[in-house]
Amino acid sequence: MFRKSHFNIRKFIYDAFDKDMAKVVFEKVGIWDCTTCSACLNKCPKGVDTVGFVTGLRQLMVEDGRIPPPIRDALKSVSIHKNPWKIGAEERSKWAEGLEIKNISEGADILYFVGCTPAYDARLQKVARAIVGIMNKAGVDFGILGNEEGCCGSEIRRMGDPWTFEYLAKENIETFKKYNIRKVVTTSPHCFNTFKNEYEGADFEVQHYTELIAGLIEEGRLAFSREINKTVTYHDPCFLGKQNKIFDPPRKILASIPGVKLVEMDRARERSLCCEGGGGRMWIESEDSEDRLAKIRVGEAMCVQAQILATACPFCLLTLEDVVKTEELEESIEVLDIAELVIKAL
Amino acid sequence: MESEEIKIGVYVCHCGINIGSTVDVEQVRDSVSELPNVSISRDFKYMCSDPGQALIRKDIEERGLNRVVVAACSPRMHEPTFRKTIQQAGLNPYCVEIANIREQCSWVHEDKADATDKAVKLVCSAVAKASLLEPLEEKEVEIAPRALVIGAGIAGIQASLDIADAGFQVYLVEREPSIGGHMAQLDKTFPTLDCSACIMTPKMVEVERHPNIELLTYSKVIEVGGYIGNFNVKVKKKPRYINMDRCTGCGLCAEACRLKGRITSEFDVGMGKRSASYIPFPYAVPSKYTIDAEHCLFLTKGKCGKSPACKDACTADAVEFEQKEEIVELDIGTIVVATGFDLFDATEKPEYGYGLYDNVLSGLEFERLVSSSGPTQGKIAIGGKDPKDVVFVQCVGSRDKSVGNEYCSRVCCMYTAKQAYLIHEKLPDARLTIFYIDIRAFGKGFEEFYDRVREEGVRYIRGNVSEIIKKGDRLLVMAEDTLLGEPIDVEADLVVLATGIVPRADVRELMNLLKISQSPDGFLLEAHPKLRPVDTASDGIYIAGCCQGPKDIPDTVAQAKGAASSAMTKMSQGKVKVEAIIASVDPFICRGCGRCVEACEYGAPELQEAEPGILVSEVNDSLCKGCGACAVACPCRAISMKHFKNEQIFSQIEAVI
Ligand SMILES: Cc1cc2nc3c(=O)[nH]c(=O)nc-3n(C[C@H](O)[C@H](O)[C@H](O)COP(=O)(O)OP(=O)(O)OC[C@H]3O[C@@H](n4cnc5c(N)ncnc54)[C@H](O)[C@@H]3O)c2cc1C
Ligand code: SF4
Ligand code: SF4
Ligand code: SF4
Repeated sequence: MFRKSHFNIRKFIYDAFDKDMAKVVFEKVGIWDCTTCSACLNKCPKGVDTVGFVTGLRQLMVEDGRIPPPIRDALKSVSIHKNPWKIGAEERSKWAEGLEIKNISEGADILYFVGCTPAYDARLQKVARAIVGIMNKAGVDFGILGNEEGCCGSEIRRMGDPWTFEYLAKENIETFKKYNIRKVVTTSPHCFNTFKNEYEGADFEVQHYTELIAGLIEEGRLAFSREINKTVTYHDPCFLGKQNKIFDPPRKILASIPGVKLVEMDRARERSLCCEGGGGRMWIESEDSEDRLAKIRVGEAMCVQAQILATACPFCLLTLEDVVKTEELEESIEVLDIAELVIKAL
Repeated sequence: MESEEIKIGVYVCHCGINIGSTVDVEQVRDSVSELPNVSISRDFKYMCSDPGQALIRKDIEERGLNRVVVAACSPRMHEPTFRKTIQQAGLNPYCVEIANIREQCSWVHEDKADATDKAVKLVCSAVAKASLLEPLEEKEVEIAPRALVIGAGIAGIQASLDIADAGFQVYLVEREPSIGGHMAQLDKTFPTLDCSACIMTPKMVEVERHPNIELLTYSKVIEVGGYIGNFNVKVKKKPRYINMDRCTGCGLCAEACRLKGRITSEFDVGMGKRSASYIPFPYAVPSKYTIDAEHCLFLTKGKCGKSPACKDACTADAVEFEQKEEIVELDIGTIVVATGFDLFDATEKPEYGYGLYDNVLSGLEFERLVSSSGPTQGKIAIGGKDPKDVVFVQCVGSRDKSVGNEYCSRVCCMYTAKQAYLIHEKLPDARLTIFYIDIRAFGKGFEEFYDRVREEGVRYIRGNVSEIIKKGDRLLVMAEDTLLGEPIDVEADLVVLATGIVPRADVRELMNLLKISQSPDGFLLEAHPKLRPVDTASDGIYIAGCCQGPKDIPDTVAQAKGAASSAMTKMSQGKVKVEAIIASVDPFICRGCGRCVEACEYGAPELQEAEPGILVSEVNDSLCKGCGACAVACPCRAISMKHFKNEQIFSQIEAVI
């Protein structure tokens, strides 16, 4: 069986027809299983806003104060520290110490919006540094917000807290205005998606870093000097692929790295399998005991003899790498962000 | 017009209780009886009934009425009726005005006093206009006794045969080398399981032999001018590079062709191969070969070996590389459009893996696979082996907002049942599963057939397939059994997608050519969804078959017969009255800006040089539909609409305010 959760969105919707909505949620398990990946939303023939329904139900739970503790803590942390990782805002730009990075207040073409996880998580900090390294090599004029950067709110919204999301969105838009920011490049597809599709009144251009790098390669601004003689497969993050139809730039980058043999998994592009990292799932485990999707996904990558499983999303990187570690597969497969591969080959 | 004394009769209808229960009809009758020019006002239970009409005629004769106001239902319902009524009594049919006190009053209001008040106002307004109504003349144009039928699927074939049998000349234009359309590609047909080719070939042959049908295959209509009765049509005949008179259909050229077996066959939807010189299928009509200019080595590269192999092989000396395209001009009375459908492209639903996996087929591909005239002579083998598990997925590309097709394709439930049955006949041991959302078995004999298929052991599971992925050599079909509310996975060697019916990709081109429109689903639009299902908004142009919307063969044939009958009615009348309510241009006010020309959808106004350097718009009476778009567009108010002149409309407005 290639299936994990017993969460059934239709059952929730049917029950909500004639019962008090909130009760439906409290009596049932599974509402926190949804990763808001949008696989169902994209294919629903009747255009039902399934994901909106899930986040709406979660909102009822948050309103009622009946939230699982890990979710409650993440939400609380955002209110206090402007990140869900419970680390102080003053430590946000620690990852950049020793790197040559302008603060955006000095003025720059592009704001590099790092995001909470790449700013605080030791594993993801490597990715942020790689992106900075690539941009510096290509002579991109960019800056960061430093400790002034705050959570984009994407996950917060999906955990059922639209109020904090709105507050964060307003604050971020104001900060961007203050520095007259016209273009934002993000590490995470989640920040990218929320800026692009959910920030009302935003008037800045947003790019995912893979789009930026693919462009730099095309313009001849990045020259590779090293080969990576490995078989690489690419896992499409849901918020980049399924939800924003960005399938080609990451593949173009990988294909242009000398030595890389790019192979596709059976489920690629629109058909990609969710890693289970979205929709607040980084903070809460599924109530189901079946295998994690990330485990299935790593298996799929190994099926096509990939030595490197590349991705372009902080959550995907963490969930997939976690499986490689717990299953002790380090000998066979390595999980890397595309930016890490690029910097290695430059 | 000499000024005569205007005498108006007002007739207020109860429409049973439709109007009578909400509007005080007697009060309306009395309130308008004293209006200027009104000589009589009456009420009656049903004005449209025979006695109701007789009442009007009697008053016209006895009281010398010369204008009539009927306060009743929408003019779309009964204006034609009352026009006839007063005409029978000797009045010009345009001397009647309808006040709509049903749809625009009694049906939409509840308060009787208010509704009555509004009804009075509407009647006053109609009386005001009636005082200013002018008799209009209905012109007649002759109808050429020749029909053009575009598209030779089963719809076009049937329409052509009917019209030709009635004694009219038919030009049947088909863009492919053979007639037949999709039906020629089908194996057996639901629900009776007649072999498609067996029931179709006799009709195809009849078309070819019919003395009244001229077949223009491998041709396209490129220009349509004129109007009902007098369409000027240009047809482009593509060169076949084979002399149709000499070709015996022996096929030696195709045997010899250097590209033999190298070109994908369109007829076999990519599942079979052909030569550059080819006949689409064995029973094609005409049974003549065609050299495909897109692939032929000689035609693309100027060289095919030492000399073209086909030419060398042909013993009838029929290969003619010097052929050029030809333009045929036709004078046509009526047109039947029967251009059919395209199949939904299943790559738009990536979750099914169509185009990715060789063993996921479209419905039409399966028809070719199972057909004895198909690429495998009807043997269903996947990777050389009989499939053990076959899964069908219904509603692919239909009833699906995610691909923009909200409608049901109407044939795929039944063709899936049929295809499952055909596999069961050939491979009784195969396990067959059909995933469906709803089963639509509405036609004659359909439900019975569906039951029969289930009794044969075909498993129907309610639930849309969410994903098809690879599992070793086989496929894994994942879905939710929505009746049980549980996930279900089925392994399969072959998946057949019930791909739906979509409008032709080039439908816009056709619409522009013929000045006809499409409904929101993209198919061609009929003039009325219930009462004029084969007419279009353009007089003399009719539609039949899947170009109008998805349908099965019985419905297609019925509609084709309907369209043929409409075309024949017009042609046998020999003459047609053209719309009398049309635009007229005052040449002294017109400044020749041409906005009316841009505004008109029917191409009626044209700028003419009245004097050297002075352009004036002139409206072609036969093309004008009286829609009024030009009158609105004209910045100089040079255009007025007969029957809706400014002073007539203003008088109506004044009467209500
Ligand atoms: C997989 C499948 C299975 C089916 N099985 C059954 C069944 O078992 N029983 C049943 O009753 N129905 C069945 N149907 C439905 C059936 O195919 C249709 O009802 C029928 O073919 C409609 O005929 P048509 O003439 O309207 O269109 P078509 O068959 O599409 O014919 C249209 C013709 O017009 C031509 N044409 C198009 N555009 C132009 C142009 N601009 N100029 C000139 N020519 C043009 C085309 O080349 C074609 O020859 C099935 C449909 C599918 C897809
Ligand atoms: S996890 Fe994704 S696919 Fe599943 S219900 Fe939630 S949004 Fe839909
Ligand atoms: S006919 Fe059946 S399979 Fe086809 S679209 Fe309608 S419901 Fe779906
Ligand atoms: S729009 Fe009016 S002024 Fe212009 S050409 Fe037409 S009739 Fe004349």
